[in-house]
Amino acid sequence: MLRLQTLEKQYKTGDRALKGVNLEVPEGQIMALIGPSGAGKSTLIRCINRLVEPTGGKVFLNDLELSGLGAGALRRARRRMGMIFQEYALVERLSVMENVLSGRLGYVGFWRSYFRKYPQKDIDEAFRLLGRVGLDHMVDKRADELSGGQRQRVGICRALIQNPELLLVDEPTASLDPKTSRQIMRLICELCKERNLSAIVNIHDVMLAQMFAERIVGLKLGEIVYDGPPDGLTPEVLTEIYGEEDWEATIRKVDEEDTGETLEEALHEDHRAAVLDRNLMTGN
Amino acid sequence: MTDVAPAVGRRWKKPPLIKSSLWRWTLGIGIAFYLALAFGTTEVDWGRVAEGIPRGARFLSGFFPPDFVSRWDEIVQGISESLWMTVTSTVVGIALSIPVGLGAARNLAPKPVYYFCRGILAVSRSFQEIIIAIFCVKLFGFGPFAGFVTLSFATIGFYGKLLAEDIEDMDPVQAEAVRASGAGWFQWLNYAVQPQVMPRMIGLGLYRLDINFRESAVVGIVGAGGIGATLNTAFDRYEFDSAAAMLLIIIAIVMMVEYTSGYVRKWVQ
Repeated sequence: MLRLQTLEKQYKTGDRALKGVNLEVPEGQIMALIGPSGAGKSTLIRCINRLVEPTGGKVFLNDLELSGLGAGALRRARRRMGMIFQEYALVERLSVMENVLSGRLGYVGFWRSYFRKYPQKDIDEAFRLLGRVGLDHMVDKRADELSGGQRQRVGICRALIQNPELLLVDEPTASLDPKTSRQIMRLICELCKERNLSAIVNIHDVMLAQMFAERIVGLKLGEIVYDGPPDGLTPEVLTEIYGEEDWEATIRKVDEEDTGETLEEALHEDHRAAVLDRNLMTGN
Repeated sequence: MTDVAPAVGRRWKKPPLIKSSLWRWTLGIGIAFYLALAFGTTEVDWGRVAEGIPRGARFLSGFFPPDFVSRWDEIVQGISESLWMTVTSTVVGIALSIPVGLGAARNLAPKPVYYFCRGILAVSRSFQEIIIAIFCVKLFGFGPFAGFVTLSFATIGFYGKLLAEDIEDMDPVQAEAVRASGAGWFQWLNYAVQPQVMPRMIGLGLYRLDINFRESAVVGIVGAGGIGATLNTAFDRYEFDSAAAMLLIIIAIVMMVEYTSGYVRKWVQ
């Protein structure tokens, strides 16, 4: 469903961030992209939706070749690819609802979006998604009032309301604590399964990648050095990707320490926090 | 691990701002030399200063008590002209400075547009209001219209530059996220750029309103209407008590705008 053909990116500074990457992601697959900082992970996913212009090679989304599209066609193609960001990248001074609805910008005209007069079905969908991630009681809060985990859930809603076929996820857990990281990864995976979405997830945390992805691709200096199942990540492979280090502790059986705590629990905590907030405000 | 010498008695000094010691000394001595020359050649006639002090005191005492009554109609006329000039020029100036400011933001505009808009800003900022006012009075004749054009033009330089700089300082990741959703350019401006720059720009708009009011009093002196013209006439007629009344009213209005803008800025944050 997504195919990269000898994708190249050379920055103006001369750095070759991607050196002819070939990659194919089938429908419904969650693929984790791991590798050291500067390996080109962010560049790779930004070259797919052309937030970064690739300097060579081709990107196919199903049969559509993305690298040659003009402004209007690119805009329509971007609607089909949802993106989730490292620092959430919510527009901080807009409300939760406005942030979620901004995922529909590719579908509505300028004046409609300017006056925030979105079609009712978009608004219904926004409420449904926010309900699904447990934030429907916060629609009119400003994005900068939320906690990290809540912001990332809003970010997920914004990506999903685009009704995408592919999710590009850039370090979704990098600024979250370990527990919230797992909840967010679990949520992303659940939602992908529900909608049969493919996803490319850039992730630093090898253990999280092994827990949630079906396939792992290791990137090093702009080249793919590993492509295989999560349990194929042996110390040798990790050394190949990241360099010499004691890897035994990283790849110990991850399932054992996953307490299996669910999203519902997390949402429950959130509701409790919200109730507490309200109590504080009314002086109880 | 063998050659880690015990670093006892090793000296450290903060590295100097200018590395080359030749340059450092040349600059220092040069500046001192120029200042010595400049002050040494300034001519001050201390006798005249001594004579001037009582004259200045008499001038100031002419201000008291301020006379609000005898020229009240002219004062009202002047103030309302000034306020008209202030409000219209601020609104028009800001409206015009938005496209210029967008074009002058490096992260938004392509190179040719960027240089063109920066050029407009540079021209607008390099002339003092008085000079533009003299030119506009020649062009449009005496009266508040010349003042309105002057202040609008000056507002473009001020507001456009600050808008451009604020846009250049915005968080690129938020902007990227909105672009990734397939938003058009204007939608992107409205959703990603505007929310980030708005609070500061509202504050600066009020600040410019305040500046324009003060400037409206100044440009009036060269014939561009408003309270400045009335003030000038009062001075010409040696009606210092009426002039004092006008100055007090100007101070009151500036303070009022100042407090309001402080309050509004806190509220929009």
